[in-house]
Amino acid sequence: MSFSKLTRRGLIKTGAAASAGLALPTYLRADGHTGFTNAPTGDTVTLGFNVPQSGPYADEGADELRAFELAVEHLNGGGDGGMLQTFSSKALDGTGILGKKVNFVTGDTQTKSDAARASAKSMIEKDGAVMISGGSSSGVAVAVQALCQEAGIIFMAGLTHANDTTGKDKRANGFRHFFNSYMSGAALAPVLANAYGKDRKAYHLTADYNWGYTTEEAVRSSTEAMGWETVNAVKTPLTQTDFSAYIAPVLQSGADVLVLNHYGGNMVNSLTNAVQFGLRDKEVNGKKFEIVVPLYSELMARGAGANIKGILGSQNWDWKLEDQLGSRYSGTNAFVQSFGTKFGFPPSQAAHTCYVQTLLYADAVTRAGSFNPCAVVEALAGFEFDGLGNGPTLYRADDHQCFKDVVVVKGKENPENSFDLVEIVEVTPAEQVTYAPDHPQFAGGSLGTCNPGA
Amino acid sequence: MDAIILQILNGLDKGSAYALIALGLTLIFGTLGVVNFAHGALFMIGAFCAVTFSKLLTLSHIVIDDTQKDFLGNPLKVEVPYIYDFFGQTTGDAIIDWAVPLSIIFCIPIMIAIGFIMERGLIKHFYKRPHADQILVTFGLAIVLQEVIKYFYGANPIPTPAPEVFAGSFDFGAMMGFAENTIIYPYWRLVYFAFAAVIIGAVFAFLQFTTFGMVVRAGMADRETVGLLGINIDKRFTIMFGIAAAVAGLAGVMYAPINSPNYHMGMDFLVLSFVVVVVGGMGSLPGAVLAGFLLGILESFASMSAVLEFLPGINQIIIYLVAIIILLTRPRGLMGRKGVMEE
Repeated sequence: MSFSKLTRRGLIKTGAAASAGLALPTYLRADGHTGFTNAPTGDTVTLGFNVPQSGPYADEGADELRAFELAVEHLNGGGDGGMLQTFSSKALDGTGILGKKVNFVTGDTQTKSDAARASAKSMIEKDGAVMISGGSSSGVAVAVQALCQEAGIIFMAGLTHANDTTGKDKRANGFRHFFNSYMSGAALAPVLANAYGKDRKAYHLTADYNWGYTTEEAVRSSTEAMGWETVNAVKTPLTQTDFSAYIAPVLQSGADVLVLNHYGGNMVNSLTNAVQFGLRDKEVNGKKFEIVVPLYSELMARGAGANIKGILGSQNWDWKLEDQLGSRYSGTNAFVQSFGTKFGFPPSQAAHTCYVQTLLYADAVTRAGSFNPCAVVEALAGFEFDGLGNGPTLYRADDHQCFKDVVVVKGKENPENSFDLVEIVEVTPAEQVTYAPDHPQFAGGSLGTCNPGA
Repeated sequence: MDAIILQILNGLDKGSAYALIALGLTLIFGTLGVVNFAHGALFMIGAFCAVTFSKLLTLSHIVIDDTQKDFLGNPLKVEVPYIYDFFGQTTGDAIIDWAVPLSIIFCIPIMIAIGFIMERGLIKHFYKRPHADQILVTFGLAIVLQEVIKYFYGANPIPTPAPEVFAGSFDFGAMMGFAENTIIYPYWRLVYFAFAAVIIGAVFAFLQFTTFGMVVRAGMADRETVGLLGINIDKRFTIMFGIAAAVAGLAGVMYAPINSPNYHMGMDFLVLSFVVVVVGGMGSLPGAVLAGFLLGILESFASMSAVLEFLPGINQIIIYLVAIIILLTRPRGLMGRKGVMEE
């Protein structure tokens, strides 16, 4: 080989061309071969699980990762198969997805939108992930969903409860199994009316960010529709740790119910402070003062300890559903058995939604016969299924939101062990929490069309 | 009027925490000249001393109960605290109930030891380095400490309740002739305020009325001259670092029932405590206490919905706003000494 004809200009041109080729993101190159981003070419397929591994929701993230690990094990034919046995669709047979062994990579969202986007981007571009799932915050979900839409990747949201995820920020490539603020309000309102009466004055403390606003709006509109009056709604900074200054004026306002539109550490602290102030021992307007927490989380309930006793809230799922309410919620026990045997404790609702999302994605790919995101969207949109723990469920085509029963729970008065923190009060049927796709609380966005990454 | 009294009361306990942390911060700055960004982590470790002590008291052995089933349908494993074996269930429960106040005894030696290790092992190597280096290394240390706590205790808050006897709140309104339930204040927060007052008083008394304190004050005023008199001032300052760590730790222990401890709680207080020190005057102990209570109360007022209606978001900036005004009008802070941080 001779270098005698290599000129300076030629070297620059060759270098520029090589650099451009190397700089071109992996997904664009893959797309060049197969028509969509990160098309699996070998005998494996890679999924990307983007969960909070550090920061305040790290424990929730750890539970999500356990669920993903279990789902991948079951998809590859390991373990006892979990919900594959109960899932109404029988497309999955434990041989991976479309015969390809499932691998996974993980990223740390840190519960920060920019960090979550960076880790998702890295999993897509460097690791060749064909689907991204997980997360424990609506801000993160909306940010990563938009990224996946741009990149031509399917996003199966983890724990995200704000209306916006499948409302104004919905995307064709994104799907949410978890319930939302509207559903919490619609499920809770009748239970609250039954338990506390229709003549109540509510005082809302709301976390000052997107999820807080949508939850306050949903609970306010549902409770006002049944006769409650909202006497005040105060925004509290997300970074607040001591809520005493916000809770002390509650009794002076004449309110007899305090609604805490808080999640995570905010919920633990505001609830603890409210109980310390003795609100639940007071009587106002001739009625016992009550506290409501619209979105419950078992992991957060552990943080609040005895303070959650008797407090009503809503959940996407509970590990006791099938035992207490029968075979409508089949799949629950299979999942609890798999998870409990492997890890020694029952799964959280965050773990459940992540496990189910992974199975739903794998099933959609198998039914579609392709990893192409547009084929997956077609298979999932409007898909009706059962046997995944929530009863009959619909993935609505209009907004890619799952519609299913909502669990109303109450902090247990006498827990028998550290996992037995909440009791199921009622399950609100899916019909009661279903809304029109153009409902005002979800207005402003459009699904658009699926992006295969072309 | 009742709303004003209520917010003053609310500011007192938060002010107590600010004052206790700021007192330790300014004590370290006044003696060793170090800006210790790891001080918030000491507050957090104090709270976790309460958590650890509670966990130690509830250390259990497993008894299989065949009559009950666990969530997988296996015979239930019941955890029986060892303390029941030693004292019986009634006394054992009473001791567990009083875990937080009792953990003070557990906390003091641990915090003094941590203070000693921190000062001798790391911070003393930065005495002659610029303040920026000190801030970087102590901030790094704070992050390491909180990650260590997160590794062992997880990221979620851990409930650490006060003794049952302090549950509920005291109705000041009824006592003062207002309507019922208008001015209520939790018993434990009253305990916290009283505890803070005792600790602050004890630190001042220690510095004011003991020979050791006199030497330390002399060292704070003129370290070189005290050294020339043949007194090992460095050793005393190291002891003061340990005492400052213990004060922050005690503030954390007693704060545990107010907000369930989590690994991040130190950082939440640290920045505000620095503002308190700056507003009070760098190196001034009475300034730190005064500014702690003042800013705690102001923060409470700024969170009133009547105030927020007129000035939305003021609750998030009030402390910094006051700091700016004080520093513009009194650059040394409320009670700052001449020459401190001015070279």
